[in-house]
Amino acid sequence: MSETAAHEEPELIQLLTPEGELTQHPDYPLDINAEEIRALYRDLVLVRRVDSEAVSLQRQGELGLWASLLGQEAAQIGSARALREDDMAFPSYREHGVAWCRGIEPKELLGMFRGVTNGGWDPHEHGFHLYTIVIGSQALHATGYAMGIQRDGAVGEDGTAVISYFGDGATSQGDTNEAFNFASVNNAPVVFFCQNNQWAISESLDRQTRVPIYRRAAGFGFPGVRVDGNDVLACLAVSRAALDNARTGNGPTLVEAFTYRMGAHTTNDDPTRYRDAGELDEWKAKDPILRVRRYLEQNGLADEAFFTQIDEEADRVGEQVRTQCRSMPDPEPLEIFHEVYADPNVHIDQQRSEFADYLASFESAGAEGGR
Amino acid sequence: MGTNLTIGKAINAGLRAAMEHDPKVLMMGEDVGKLGGVFRVTDGLYKDFGADRVIDTPLAESGIVGTAIGMAMRGYRPVVEIQFDGFFFPAANQTFTQLAKMRRRSAGKLSMPVVMRIPYGGGIGAVEHHSESPEAYFQHTAGLRVVTVANPEDAYWMIQQAVRSDDPVIFLEPKRRYYEKAEVDTGASLAEVTPMGAARIARPGTDCTLLAYGPMIKTALQAAEADTDHSIEVIDVRSLSPVDYPTITESVKRTGRLVVAHEATLTGGPGAEIAARVTEECFYHLESPVIRVAAFDTPYPQSRLEEHYLPDLDRVLDGVDRAFAY
Repeated sequence: MSETAAHEEPELIQLLTPEGELTQHPDYPLDINAEEIRALYRDLVLVRRVDSEAVSLQRQGELGLWASLLGQEAAQIGSARALREDDMAFPSYREHGVAWCRGIEPKELLGMFRGVTNGGWDPHEHGFHLYTIVIGSQALHATGYAMGIQRDGAVGEDGTAVISYFGDGATSQGDTNEAFNFASVNNAPVVFFCQNNQWAISESLDRQTRVPIYRRAAGFGFPGVRVDGNDVLACLAVSRAALDNARTGNGPTLVEAFTYRMGAHTTNDDPTRYRDAGELDEWKAKDPILRVRRYLEQNGLADEAFFTQIDEEADRVGEQVRTQCRSMPDPEPLEIFHEVYADPNVHIDQQRSEFADYLASFESAGAEGGR
Repeated sequence: MGTNLTIGKAINAGLRAAMEHDPKVLMMGEDVGKLGGVFRVTDGLYKDFGADRVIDTPLAESGIVGTAIGMAMRGYRPVVEIQFDGFFFPAANQTFTQLAKMRRRSAGKLSMPVVMRIPYGGGIGAVEHHSESPEAYFQHTAGLRVVTVANPEDAYWMIQQAVRSDDPVIFLEPKRRYYEKAEVDTGASLAEVTPMGAARIARPGTDCTLLAYGPMIKTALQAAEADTDHSIEVIDVRSLSPVDYPTITESVKRTGRLVVAHEATLTGGPGAEIAARVTEECFYHLESPVIRVAAFDTPYPQSRLEEHYLPDLDRVLDGVDRAFAY
């Protein structure tokens, strides 16, 4: 196959094979040193540990729900490590790896799934919006934010870019398609990063689309590219290129990270009802962490002490996650009324006051010995 | 400083003042640019403020509201035009699940200073989906403020108050009254005019309170004039969320009767909630049950039937008579 032919049909951009071989791609050169690759390995291992701890905490009743990222670590770490500090990310609800890279502490994510917050972090401080659960809604927020960047004159060499995360299921949503179109006609500095993990709960990809997702972009008038979503280096290179295109005024890109949801949709889901175990085995061979370890080992870039040290750090992170989760108190009841409106609101004030009196009536009944 | 303006022109002048005051204020919507909107409410703004601030959007209401949310996160204050009431519904998800909840779910870290302007109500002989009164959906949604105007003075000032609010505001414009004209005191200051959330006694009276808003205020005032047997007090409620209950209950305690009139359908309409609250707070002052005069619980009919469907002068007077039958 000639280079030209490969360029015309970029089926899957890959820089690191499952066997740990590093390759080059003419369109996505990646200048990266061993230390940076070791740092990516650390990210991958630690977010997988946070994730597995969270699944356990849900099983123990400490969380109401958890949406596992197992298998999607490379897509998330690769794309998020391509972001600059001023860039803005709009996640769906499974982007724990992106959150990690944006400096969100795991306990903030756990707080949402435990039911003590709706996401406790400051989106502006971290350049990471709150998790959005209604599928595809955030693609429009990202596009509007990018249109704001244009109006701030913040497009150019040192420009700001936006990335919107969503899954294969979301590509069926009207909002996602409206976002593609708004971004295109406005040439907005936004990257649409679709983690195609092959499953929208129980619905396989062929229930969402008849064409490869990345090719949808052509119909909207901007480039689309499919990258090996289990290859952290390819995800980094492709995302960096797409973000740089966006920030310099060259408009949106759709990146389809071809990956696999190795776990259940959420802790409430049972994938054995709708998919074969053999499929999971195939994807285990393409594990996003294993190939980085192989590369580092085969090229003598990390020794056993390094891997032990990362594993020990993962143990510490896991311990911290467990402790922090269990020590998170329930919010006090009157928190229900906080921050519904910016302006004073008589209805909310009255209901808060009446509910406070109602709660206090139990305390005074208790003080009087009850009934 | 007085200027004679229609309601439509008064909103236009208010939007212009808001854009001059704050460079972060933007217009977004279908045909709001060169055309100036199908009702010309944004007329001239594109010419004077340019395409970056008066944005002709793709024809997709969810996209308009969704991108307005993103703009607000970036520090802008978008004023969104939904072309007609019936076209709001494609934007319902972004409005109800995102816009209305963003402040609360972010624990106050994100504000949504977005105004959604919607021409609403019937009476213009339009085809389907151009005559609806969806205010109850908004009133029912925590996190939204809902206001409506009935005269040019309020139109001029309330649109500016809506733009200044850090909450999302649904700004309902009575489309069949766009061309009603009156003197507007544009020389007053925003700080001294009546706050956006306050109701206003549009006509004082002593025997019965007639509460309405938006397009029904003109009808209510006509009814009050027409009923020579009773002294009718007309209240323009102006804000449907929150509702200024102190003004309403003070009136009802004086008059002993309340009739609520609106173009929205009867069941679960704004009148139902107001009736419940007034009954709770004025029970021993009421001489009759609270009477509701509203559209029927049917889809909005063909325009040749709308004069029967919309509460008109006679239906409002009939409601007043029912209140006095007790």
